Amino acid sequence: MNATFDPHAEHAGHRTHESNQSLWLLVIAPTIWATHFLASYVTAAVYCAKFAPADGSLATVRWAIAGYTIAALIGIAVTAWFGWRRQRYGTPEDVHIDTPLVRHRFLGTATLLLSMLSTVATLYTAMTVIFLGDCS
Amino acid sequence: MTFEPEPFAERPALVPPLAAAPPLEVQRAQEERLLNVWKSPAGWRYWSDVNNTSVGLWYLVTTCGFFLFGGILALIIRVQLAVPNNDFVSANTYHQVFTLHGSVMMFLFAVPILEAFSVYILPAMTGARDLPFPRLSAYGFWCFLFGGVFVCISIFFNMAPRGGWFMYPPLTTAYQQDVGADIWLLGLTFIEISSLALAVELIVGVLKCRPPGMRVNLMPLYAWYILVVAVMIVFAFPPLIAGDVLLEMERAFDWPFFDPARGGDPLLWQHLFWIFGHPEVYIVFLPSVALVAMIVPTFARRPLIGYGWIVLAAVGTGFLSFGLWVHHMFTTGLPGITLALFSAASQAVAVPTGVQIFCFLATVMAGRVAWSAAMMFIVGGLATFIIGGLTGVMIALVPFDFQAHDSYFIVGHLHYVLVGGTIFPIVGGIYYYYPLARSKALSERLGKTAFWLMTIGFNITFFPMHITGLWGMPRRVYTYAAGRGFEELNLLSTVGAFVLASGFAIVLWDILRPKRKQPLIKRNPWNAGTLDWAGRVPTMNWGIRSIPEIDGRYPLWEQPNLLRDIDEGRYFLPDAEEGLRETLVTSVIDARPEQCLRVAGPSYMPFIAAAFTAGFFILATFYYWLLATTSGIAAVVMLIAWAWRGTGAIPEKRAKDIGLGVTLPLYRSGPASVGWWAMFITMLGDFTAFMSLVFGYFFYWTSRDGFPPDPLTGPGTFWPLVGGGLLLAAWVATVVARYANRRERAAGMYMALLVAVVLALAGSLALFAGPWTTGLNPTEHVYPATVWVLVGWTILHVLLGVLMLVFCAARRAAGKLTSEYDADIVNVLLYWHFLALTAAITVAVVAGFPLVA
Repeated sequence: MNATFDPHAEHAGHRTHESNQSLWLLVIAPTIWATHFLASYVTAAVYCAKFAPADGSLATVRWAIAGYTIAALIGIAVTAWFGWRRQRYGTPEDVHIDTPLVRHRFLGTATLLLSMLSTVATLYTAMTVIFLGDCS
Repeated sequence: MTFEPEPFAERPALVPPLAAAPPLEVQRAQEERLLNVWKSPAGWRYWSDVNNTSVGLWYLVTTCGFFLFGGILALIIRVQLAVPNNDFVSANTYHQVFTLHGSVMMFLFAVPILEAFSVYILPAMTGARDLPFPRLSAYGFWCFLFGGVFVCISIFFNMAPRGGWFMYPPLTTAYQQDVGADIWLLGLTFIEISSLALAVELIVGVLKCRPPGMRVNLMPLYAWYILVVAVMIVFAFPPLIAGDVLLEMERAFDWPFFDPARGGDPLLWQHLFWIFGHPEVYIVFLPSVALVAMIVPTFARRPLIGYGWIVLAAVGTGFLSFGLWVHHMFTTGLPGITLALFSAASQAVAVPTGVQIFCFLATVMAGRVAWSAAMMFIVGGLATFIIGGLTGVMIALVPFDFQAHDSYFIVGHLHYVLVGGTIFPIVGGIYYYYPLARSKALSERLGKTAFWLMTIGFNITFFPMHITGLWGMPRRVYTYAAGRGFEELNLLSTVGAFVLASGFAIVLWDILRPKRKQPLIKRNPWNAGTLDWAGRVPTMNWGIRSIPEIDGRYPLWEQPNLLRDIDEGRYFLPDAEEGLRETLVTSVIDARPEQCLRVAGPSYMPFIAAAFTAGFFILATFYYWLLATTSGIAAVVMLIAWAWRGTGAIPEKRAKDIGLGVTLPLYRSGPASVGWWAMFITMLGDFTAFMSLVFGYFFYWTSRDGFPPDPLTGPGTFWPLVGGGLLLAAWVATVVARYANRRERAAGMYMALLVAVVLALAGSLALFAGPWTTGLNPTEHVYPATVWVLVGWTILHVLLGVLMLVFCAARRAAGKLTSEYDADIVNVLLYWHFLALTAAITVAVVAGFPLVA
């Protein structure tokens, strides 16, 4: 492999270097949403099928989903903060130029945007137990 | 909104091309060698070709053929429904017609045409000479052709499936005992496998085969969408395959998965089908939006606004679309809280879907739009899609869905979504890309006429269905009584359908009409900015003359002299000195060159392997078990021969100079190699199918009493634990074999492989002994059937794993696998990692769960 391929590249320890990047960063927040969604669904479905009291009250599930939601939102917020830091990294410069810094900031922006979407989707999921109180 | 570069801004090149062109005679010699290496075989040997332009073209033509077939079925439906109490076709035929119409359009047209488009244009867009596994594309194509024809011709023998495109049991088990449902299950399962093969190809193509310098933030948006869609296929299709396995086991061997009398539950099929079926909608929609994202900037004559937001939309939609499946099951009596959760996610998915539409609108408004036929289809498609999207938000509301479910309102909604979101953009894409493939233009005049006929015809056909639906007309009825107010609207729909069909006929004529006298197009006829238009006119089979370094999202607009430098061979890989097909492999994030990949050339092996694979599935449909098994074994033998002869060849030298002072290795193994990624992605899909079966186990636990039965009948804990232990030991032995090989200890490696094979076979036997010795009878109740399915799945995978171990030993003995060139065993080990996980979960579930339940 030719080390001089990219004359604008920094040394490998630098924060914007390719070895410090990953596409996995983008999918963390949506994965948290998916986990939250699945956990809420499974909890509610199993509870209603197996453990619900005679009146079908969802009180236990409500507390569980509240807990999941807080955990998920914290996770998404941390991811968003990582994204935000990347997006703001470095000094403002001419974004027309193709550099590792621009790519670094792009991945930050995409992570931040996906975190925002995941927050909205997670809140939508959580809202269901505000309105529904039993298994009917 | 993120800031976007000004259009046409020039970018400084990171790696300048050669300062001067090579002498003319050198260029000529290079071109001749390239042409020779990449030329398609002549005569009847043409069908052994594997080049992406050939396979992509066959694929496109075949999918369009299936589309026409599905369209004719649609017209039959409309003629039958034109007047009340019609007897144009019988009820039985009508059921076959609408089932086949839906199945053909979804499985044989919508998904494959987008893969076909990608096979054709993705390499062009990413400056690759071919996809990384050309023979896999060819295998996928042939499987698709055989399976598709098999499913379609069944109607001419009055044997077609007639359970609707989602094949709900018990209709398709207890009430339709004929072969139709088997044709659907086996014929389409086999096509799903070919879709998965292509998904693997496209993921690796996007991530690892881009031109140098095309960082992830510079990829054409098409590549982003295709990446998301291909990943979705990997996770969405396996649940359906798992469902197909269960349903076919019930039909063929009477294992009662969906029979409530013996503990089964038909709702499990609905879950598995829709875990596939809803992402499927986005799997067919997103690639069409990908076409929109390529065509809009070209005709708006400016870069697309909101690149980052589109990436958000693509990735976000990909995720959220997996949280919607239950909205197809709102009327099945699930608890309200479940309905609410899925309704919420269905509302959320409208957010990213809307975001991308705003990006397109903004681009159109900010640019100076040239109204070509392609652009009209795109804009018309988006407008239509938005109407379908809005009715989609309506039926995502549970109370409204209760009212509209299974009525013609749904038929209207889904056609607005699919025709607007998929078919219009595809026709636009055909008008846009036809010149790329054939070097001749389609007629703008015919295109615009077709556009208006299709738009008007479409709305006349499908808009009234919303009203008939709300008035109470159920879907899938072969006729209706007079006097309910359905007559006029249905007749109107039928008239509209023929107007719509006339639009398609014009498009078809435009494609087929002789164009010999028509002049060749000029190069890059639309003045597009992306690399797909860098090809010469007439089209050359080599893909791209030399592979450029990319510095922006619209290199043809932004990089000065790019075409000249590509043409004169001033960039990478301008030659094929060794007479082998080569393309570049680059890193995932920044596309730094990592390997010069030698890709496979023409071969009949994919065709033959596909023919035997088809033989297995088709013969099994008619329960010819002996012939089917023989054909299946022949397919496996063929696949082994293909792997032996066609993959992992040790190159004649370590590295190769690809030009501009860059020298790259010719062989990589492990995560740096494309083969490892292909194995990883395939196994993710395989593991998803397995997890769908595990989901089934827990589903029965929640939905039915007496699962697992009390007192427990089997499979006990002893044999499953022994089996699991032996299989994990076999896995450890495989790890040892891999290290022994790397340390150049051949004897140790053979020993470890032998131990692994013995342990694996013993482990399978022990696993088998669990349900066998406890006398679990799979036809008696759903519990033994579920245990047997999990155990059987694991054993089948162990047997495959054993074959792979033997293959590695043989490769080492033949000198095709060495301590340095060890991709084979590294990939096999990756398979075994997944296998170990599968075995561990199987044992934990079948032996462990009954203890805690």
